Amino acid sequence: MTARDLPARAGRPGDGRVRHSVAAIGRATFLAAVTGFFALPMLWLASAPFDAHPTITTSVPELTLANFRALLANPYLLSSLGNSVLQAAAGAVLVVTLAATAAYALSRVRIPGRDALLYLLLLLSSVVTGTAAMVPIFELATRLNLIDTHLGVVLTLSGGLLPAAIFILKDFMDGTPTSYEESARVFGARPLQILWHIVVPVIRPGLATIAVWTVASVWGSFLTPFILLRDPAKAPGAVILYTLYTEGGAPRLDLISAFSLLYSLPVVLMYLFVSRKYGFRFHGGIKR
Amino acid sequence: MSTDAAGLGRRRAVGFVLPALVLIGVFLVFPALWTVYLGLTDFRLTGLAAADPKMVGADNYTAALADERFHSSFWLTAQFVAGSAIAGQAGLGFAVAWALRDRPGPVKRAVEGVVLLAWILPSSVVAFLWLALLDRDQGTLNALLHTPGFAWLLDHPMPSIIAFNIWRGTAFSMMLYGAALASVPPSHLETARLAGASTFQQLRDVVFPHIRGHILTNLLLISLWTFNDFTTYQITAGGPEGRSEILPVYIYNVALSGGQLGFGAAVSFLVLLVNLVLALVYLRLLRERKGAVA
Repeated sequence: MTARDLPARAGRPGDGRVRHSVAAIGRATFLAAVTGFFALPMLWLASAPFDAHPTITTSVPELTLANFRALLANPYLLSSLGNSVLQAAAGAVLVVTLAATAAYALSRVRIPGRDALLYLLLLLSSVVTGTAAMVPIFELATRLNLIDTHLGVVLTLSGGLLPAAIFILKDFMDGTPTSYEESARVFGARPLQILWHIVVPVIRPGLATIAVWTVASVWGSFLTPFILLRDPAKAPGAVILYTLYTEGGAPRLDLISAFSLLYSLPVVLMYLFVSRKYGFRFHGGIKR
Repeated sequence: MSTDAAGLGRRRAVGFVLPALVLIGVFLVFPALWTVYLGLTDFRLTGLAAADPKMVGADNYTAALADERFHSSFWLTAQFVAGSAIAGQAGLGFAVAWALRDRPGPVKRAVEGVVLLAWILPSSVVAFLWLALLDRDQGTLNALLHTPGFAWLLDHPMPSIIAFNIWRGTAFSMMLYGAALASVPPSHLETARLAGASTFQQLRDVVFPHIRGHILTNLLLISLWTFNDFTTYQITAGGPEGRSEILPVYIYNVALSGGQLGFGAAVSFLVLLVNLVLALVYLRLLRERKGAVA
């Protein structure tokens, strides 16, 4: 093809247009290779769930929805998505409520040691990871009788997500003018009324961001439920999917593929929703 | 901005902060401190030492430092962080951001979309996707390369998980460098280009000095995350024969799978220390940059 003799021509001095087009071809090739590298592993997820005879190899599917019907026959699969919903929703409620109240108070009221506290929180949230704390977390849950409970998973994950959530919401609060609160107060509103009727509506986008972020984090988290839950009836989708492809015997590719897609879908939809609605807001340390 | 506009009062303010602090205290701060204590005991999951753990002082640490498996795990972790985060994610992320910087909307959205998708899919799903991609007998990669029976995960476990982690995490670096490149004044680049600077010279003399802060931030964060990443457990579980057993997987295998909780806690403490150093440097950078802006 022509691409092969282009570099030779580019060597001719002063021929800027050719050099430019070689660079353009190089760049297009690079971007195509990058797209290929990133898309290649995901093709299986797009084809196998709809294939009548799914194999490990990515191939053009013989279209069917039977794999999704097969999910219904397995007692743990759909109920694990129910567990994921339960844990993610409980985590979101807990993190949003506790982070919002804490962030509001830290932003508006001068509490002694506030700056040191915030610094410490930010430090902790990146230092104490699930990996570094798995031994004490397991031991703590054992002693508090939280092994094999949804509560244990929710509290552990929320504790890890809260510092960053407080930090982000406090930033958000700091950027919101106090004038609404002040005028409501002039008209005799009580503090809690002001919070509920004035502050919450104003910071709703911030609350929504934190809620979506918490749901996505809990939904995808594997390590914490993996070490804290023994009973498969309580396990979330992340753990059930893992057991599906690691348990002995030939892997049920129909179940694995259809379940993977079903389980991935909410995260992708949430991401699209957030980026459509609020634009891609870049928070440095938000993904753990 | 700390006028108490709603008239909350200091007492109620403390009541607002306290529930969050209690939860963080119990499930984040306490475990971190407890790690230090547990690391000094011979605590085990089962047996005599489970019921009545004894203080063994620094025995776990001396044992770890003398342990062949710990050495190998530490070295593999260094390779994993250097190869997949520092060289891989940051390098590829920058290259993609640079190549996309003035591309038309649809091209940019398509490439960014597919890179981001690899980042947002749940870890259990991407782990299986890579198992399927690299499968020895029926893997898509072997089918594409016409190398049937090539056992990527058995014969080359480290390159495999390094490639995986580059695939998994490049999105963050790409987005960060994309934002950083947008802050480089186009006139500076234009001037350099008119002066006949090559792409390499433009990068070295105009771009890199301008985004040095972003690069440092990026390298610290992705090193920290990669250092603590547990996803590869779902692909190789550290095997075969520990040849891809990076520290997070090593801790799991030794402590929770093998039952040596005290020893595992000691190794966890070393991980905490490394995290602490990385995070302290990161926060210092953050503060310096805030100071520079203000």
